[in-house]
Amino acid sequence: MSAIDPSDRYRRREQGLMLLLASPAVIVIVALVVLPVGWLMGQSFYDNGFTLENYRRIFSEDIYWRSFMLTFRIALMVTLLTLILGYPVAYAAAHVRRPWDVLILSFVILPFWTSVLVRAYAWLVLLQRTGVANQVLERFGLIGEPLALVHNELGTVIATVHILLPFMVLPLYSTMQKIPRELMLAGASLGGGPLHSFLRIFLPLSLPGVIAGLTLVFVLTLGFYITPELLGGGRTIMISMVVSRNVELYNQWGAASAVGVVLLVCVLAIFIAVGRIIPLDKMLGQK
Amino acid sequence: MAERYGKTRLAGTAAALSMALIGSMPAFAEEILFVSQGGAYQKAQTVAILDPAAKKLGITINQDSVPDAWPIMRSQVATGKPTWDVVDVATNFCLRGGEQGIVEKLDFSKIPNAAAMPADYRSDYSVAYEFYSSVLGYSLKKFPDAASAPKTWADFWDVKKFPGRRSLRNHPLATLEAALMADGVAPDKLYPLDVERAFKKLEEIKPHITVWWTSGAQSAQLLNDGEVDMVMAWNGRISALAKEGAKVAYTYNQGILQSTSLCVLKGAPNLPTAIKFLNEAVDPVHQANLPLHIDYGPANPKAYDTKVIPEARVKELPSAPDNAKVQALMSYAWWTSAAGEAAEKRWLSFAQK
Repeated sequence: MSAIDPSDRYRRREQGLMLLLASPAVIVIVALVVLPVGWLMGQSFYDNGFTLENYRRIFSEDIYWRSFMLTFRIALMVTLLTLILGYPVAYAAAHVRRPWDVLILSFVILPFWTSVLVRAYAWLVLLQRTGVANQVLERFGLIGEPLALVHNELGTVIATVHILLPFMVLPLYSTMQKIPRELMLAGASLGGGPLHSFLRIFLPLSLPGVIAGLTLVFVLTLGFYITPELLGGGRTIMISMVVSRNVELYNQWGAASAVGVVLLVCVLAIFIAVGRIIPLDKMLGQK
Repeated sequence: MAERYGKTRLAGTAAALSMALIGSMPAFAEEILFVSQGGAYQKAQTVAILDPAAKKLGITINQDSVPDAWPIMRSQVATGKPTWDVVDVATNFCLRGGEQGIVEKLDFSKIPNAAAMPADYRSDYSVAYEFYSSVLGYSLKKFPDAASAPKTWADFWDVKKFPGRRSLRNHPLATLEAALMADGVAPDKLYPLDVERAFKKLEEIKPHITVWWTSGAQSAQLLNDGEVDMVMAWNGRISALAKEGAKVAYTYNQGILQSTSLCVLKGAPNLPTAIKFLNEAVDPVHQANLPLHIDYGPANPKAYDTKVIPEARVKELPSAPDNAKVQALMSYAWWTSAAGEAAEKRWLSFAQK
């Protein structure tokens, strides 16, 4: 069996070629992501020699613990809210005829092209004490006193949900679109009611999209900075704000990057945990 | 700190301008690179101080602007070849720079204008350049006449006598001072700050604070939009609102007088010229010109004797003798001490709970 199968050799050559094609992207990622992140990680262990001081601080001072808890709580709320709001939208977009699906998706994507900063200020104008929301509610006599809709956690969650909604709707839509309609018809022909068919057929098939959306929104929320800074009233201190505070307070990158490293480890742990349930390639939309 | 002045960057224009200047100057002309915080503030000082000083000394002043100079000061000196000469920065950074060997120690025999200034206004490493104040501002809609308006930090803390929504800065500097004055400490007996007492007093007002503001623009917007009825804010922010016709006012009473200072980077490329410039920058006449262009006060008290500033204008300035004497002068030396740095670190945990 010394002869090599020619098709095998061909396959191997093709694989090599493909790797070569991917190399520019790999180089960019190594140069712009892997190296800087690695450098920052190194910094977190360095202050005139090896040190664990930056990590000791994170695990001994409760400000870090509190910010981590707040950040994860907000991320969880935002993720669930985007799912509740996004699922029906994606469902509708996947089921209506052209041009309605295009219209629905444009409404989802349009705000996506506006800067996060501008949208945060827009929410401020809408939600503040003398803002549109409170004025309308007061006009209709629904409230006597203006509600505290902003300068707190609530305002932060509202604006974050708005900003991240496309990241939920788009993966849901792409998954739902691929679910064959015939399956629902088959379900109906076997006597299943619409709700039953939805729960037994459509929902399970849309789960990869749900998981992808949940993961994306959750992870993105963890890094939010501008929204809590502008709408949190100074008391909603998410972990990214602690990172920037640490640069100011300790005047070195290490103190700040240690916080980032801990966050990164948390995120990786979440990815691995989710990956146990749904393989990563499926999550990213492959079959 | 840079946020006091808005965000317009001047670097581009300044660079273009200085290129043009370099082109027209003889090759042997002395020059320095001066760094400030940009925006309306840097434009004002260019007209009031930098251009006249350059002309008088026959030097070229190249400008750069950075909203947050401190990390760059550190990294410039760390490379061993700084390009900046003089930096205009919040005074605490000059002092910290002195401690860490980033800033040159000054020989005041070569800076006679500064030597004549009050000792509180300078340090071994810095000379005060301009003053602003953290004052109590309020809405005239809520408090229409002066008699009923809050005038002291004790009033600000008194939620029964002065009902209304409040905002303080999300930063310990000046806020701890205000808390102590609210608790009865005299403005001239603040330092060393009783940090424990200040935070205890702040806990009292915390439930009544609607927003802890982070940028100067935000503090003004909150008062202007009626989000809050009283606020601790920088005097220039509130006077700018009033000028635009907003129904707002402020009092200098118990204001906390703060400054930016000039300091020279360690190993500055044009050290002797930089020192010459330092002396010229705090010249009483140049200093008196500054408040004609922006709502901040001269750092050299002699500026008030030059008669350059109209009487009516003097009354509006934070460092005018009559205003200065009802205010507390911030001790940057205390804030850069170990106790001050510890208080600064404690703030986050206070804000979070």
